[in-house]
Amino acid sequence: MFSDPAIWLPFVFAALMGLSILIYVVADGFDLGVGVLFPFADDDEKDLMIASIGPFWDANETWLVLAIGLLLVAFPAAHGAILTALYLPVAVMLVGLILRGVAFEFRAKAPAHHKTRWNWAFYTGSMMASLSQGFMLGIYILGLEQGWADLGFGLLTAVFLTVGYSFIGAAWLILKAEGALQVKAVAWAKGGIWGLVLGLGAVSAASPLVSTRIWDKWFSWPELLWLAPLPLLSAALVAGLWRALRRLPRPGDHGAWVPFAAATALFVLAFLGLAYSFYPYVVPEKLTIYESASAPESLMIILVGTAVVLPMILGYTVLSYTVFRGKASLLNYDLMAQNAAPEAAETGTTTER
Amino acid sequence: MDTLLLSRIQFGANISFHILFPTITIALGWVLLFFKLRYTVTGDAKWMQAYGFWVKVFALSFALGVVSGITMSFQFGTNWPGFMETVGNVAGPLLAYEVLTAFFLEAVFLGIMLFGAQRVPGWLHTLATFLVAFGTTMSAFWIIVLNSWMHTPQGYELREGVVHATDWFAIVFNPSMPYRLSHMLLASGLTVAFLIAGLSAFRRLLGDRSASVMASLRFALILGAVLIPIQIVAGDMHGLNTLEHQPQKVAAMEGNWETGGNKPLLLFALPDEAARENHFEIGIPNGASLILKHHADGVIPGLNDFVAEDGTVLHPPVAPVFWAFRIMVGTGMAMLALSWAGVALMLRRRGVEGLPKPYLYATVAMTFAGWLATLAGWYTTEIGRQPWLVSGLLTTEQAVADVPAPLVLGTLVTYLAIYAALIVAYMGVLFYLARKSAMGDHVAMMPPSSAAQVAITAAE
Ligand code: HDD
Ligand code: HEM
Ligand code: HEM
Repeated sequence: MFSDPAIWLPFVFAALMGLSILIYVVADGFDLGVGVLFPFADDDEKDLMIASIGPFWDANETWLVLAIGLLLVAFPAAHGAILTALYLPVAVMLVGLILRGVAFEFRAKAPAHHKTRWNWAFYTGSMMASLSQGFMLGIYILGLEQGWADLGFGLLTAVFLTVGYSFIGAAWLILKAEGALQVKAVAWAKGGIWGLVLGLGAVSAASPLVSTRIWDKWFSWPELLWLAPLPLLSAALVAGLWRALRRLPRPGDHGAWVPFAAATALFVLAFLGLAYSFYPYVVPEKLTIYESASAPESLMIILVGTAVVLPMILGYTVLSYTVFRGKASLLNYDLMAQNAAPEAAETGTTTER
Repeated sequence: MDTLLLSRIQFGANISFHILFPTITIALGWVLLFFKLRYTVTGDAKWMQAYGFWVKVFALSFALGVVSGITMSFQFGTNWPGFMETVGNVAGPLLAYEVLTAFFLEAVFLGIMLFGAQRVPGWLHTLATFLVAFGTTMSAFWIIVLNSWMHTPQGYELREGVVHATDWFAIVFNPSMPYRLSHMLLASGLTVAFLIAGLSAFRRLLGDRSASVMASLRFALILGAVLIPIQIVAGDMHGLNTLEHQPQKVAAMEGNWETGGNKPLLLFALPDEAARENHFEIGIPNGASLILKHHADGVIPGLNDFVAEDGTVLHPPVAPVFWAFRIMVGTGMAMLALSWAGVALMLRRRGVEGLPKPYLYATVAMTFAGWLATLAGWYTTEIGRQPWLVSGLLTTEQAVADVPAPLVLGTLVTYLAIYAALIVAYMGVLFYLARKSAMGDHVAMMPPSSAAQVAITAAE
């Protein structure tokens, strides 16, 4: 079967697209989550929260561009069908991403008395993006229908995904913050874990119920046996998370990485479950990846490039996370710390304050 | 209004907004690298201050470029599904290469470039600055390749109405690509030159005589003076290339109805498509023939050749193309006058210090001239391609999505409101930053006490 490029190429591209959606959801998930938590922090904490995601958010959003690019490139027919069906939520998400993206910069550079306005834009934009992504997830799971039940389910997943993002955002802050903000972040995480659990539950319950195909894929023998680790592992992770959160923050900052790692693992498991349910469909129950794939020659050209470039991208992404490892501190653009020239010193301290 | 018209307005509004910021970041990245290298070599603090100011403008422009770019990539699916379904086999790989080779490079190294100077060795920071500049240029390359291919497609074959790539070399190096790419990169350089000159002149008018402002002003005026003649030559060659491949566009640019020789270069006219003639023509005799064919009786194509037997019009709308072209060229001439006058004044008087006040005011007025010319240029090119989306292959009408018009209208109004607010905020913040830095200079007159320095270091 795998000697025919018309068979394995769509599969490889579906896997690549899935990978980049997964990286997006974790990576932009934490920085959108930080935005969702914004109103709960005081002004100094807000600056630190921004500083903890400042060097990363742009690259995080690029995974969305890659995912949508791969959809567009590899499955053009599905791309049109999905995006025209989701026209309005996509527009809401884009407006949200615009607002929060520019607020990052404007809140630090506009006159000081405009800062609250841009803080508001940052929060609203993060909410709009998270809610609309959750809504699209729900609608997608139910097969892109527009009935009342579908809308209701979409609203439900919208809330759960937003709370889920705020959870992973809080986990990120536990890792990057210290002192009072870290204590707050632990409390936020405790509040958010329920959203994650309910969201996972709702999605797991709904997808087999709406589709007999998905039901059969999960609840038949022997699939049930080797799929069992997925829910069991998730349950164990949630229990472990809850235990860890009750003990954080610990002296010497031990275990501050645990919530973020566990949250990432949960997102990965949930994603694997969804991927298993929907394969081989790209538009649920309507269009498979094989029916909607582009011409093999074109996919081949992209695959060659991807094979060369993706490892490099991962490499320099790791470099960037290494450069900015450790606790977040206020950002500045100065070329030098000491003996900085007067103007640079002056602008440096006002940059992000 | 129907979905097609609304989608066109929406796409046009989105891309017009988007291009404003890449035009700045493409060239500003290289300028920042230049400032950084000058500082590394000379150790003169003025270059570091120039870097410190312009890196903020860069960061702001970049953020606006990124968020509007993300909107662009969704627009293909939400508004123009027919585009990808028909030419996806060509457009897809080009867009994918842009994401893979350019976007990630820019986005990741931007973090290091902006905030990493104190965390990484100097060479790595310089390398990051270089990679960001390189990344923006790469992304310009890929998107211009795609856009040029849409104007002059080749290297493909049609199977069941779908385009299949046959020769990637021919696709990438399609006939109009070299002209379009060089013209666009030069446009970016000019936009940045006049932006730097304008804001520096503004600071100078506020009484800021710091070495960094003077150096930036001088640098920007010289950059503009060097680039504009090259741009004019490149534009002329671009026009000749268009004459070869899209004669109907050149006919519209020149406002020429009947094919023939000894055609004037029209400076003013009101093209009337209903009557198929111009009103109130003012022109230079034989001008168009001279420019396009290099002799007075050169034959220029006319719009009337592009009307089918049954009366269907196969050429673009005339007035917008005609006027957009004149705005671009007019702005280019103003740029030539301003930058050369500046260089002449600097040579004859005491360098940049000797620039008279009226000249500085004129420079401030030209701060965003690059934006005007760039938009006008794109309107010439893009409207001049209508009714085609991909020349000879796919019309705009065939590509549009089947989305209810009120939905498109609603999102369009939202986008327009946000874009208007953001442009106002962007321009406002640029001048605010300039004013703040100009004021801050009084502080800079006092040497920082060692106590203050300790405080700064401790705060890190
Ligand atoms: C000549 C230059 C040029 C042109 C014509 C376009 N772009 Fe652009 N684009 C850039 C030059 C650029 C850039 C300089 O590379 C940007 C600006 C800031 C940045 O991050 O990269 C960018 C950013 C940018 C981004 C954000 C990338 C990120 O996340 O870092 C996307 C998704 C697009 N663009 C997509 C498009 C699409 C779909 C276009 C056409 C229909 C388009 N751009 C026209
Ligand atoms: C960035 C600079 C650009 C600007 C300012 C610009 C501007 C415009 C404008 C004003 C139109 C409307 C023409 C009309 O309908 O009368 C248009 C059409 C179009 N352009 Fe461009 N364009 C740019 C670059 C591009 C690029 C790089 C692409 C492709 C990758 C592209 C693809 C299209 C498409 C799909 C249309 C048809 C939709 C429409 O008619 O509005 N454009 N563009
Ligand atoms: C003054 C002399 C100039 C001439 C003769 C000239 C010529 C041209 C021509 C003929 C086109 C249309 C290409 C087509 O048919 O597709 C064009 C497009 C364009 N022009 Fe100019 N131009 C000049 C100045 C400028 C300046 C000063 C700028 C910006 C700073 C600029 C920016 C652009 C852009 C962005 C485009 C669209 C992209 C492209 O097709 O390359 N031009 N120009």
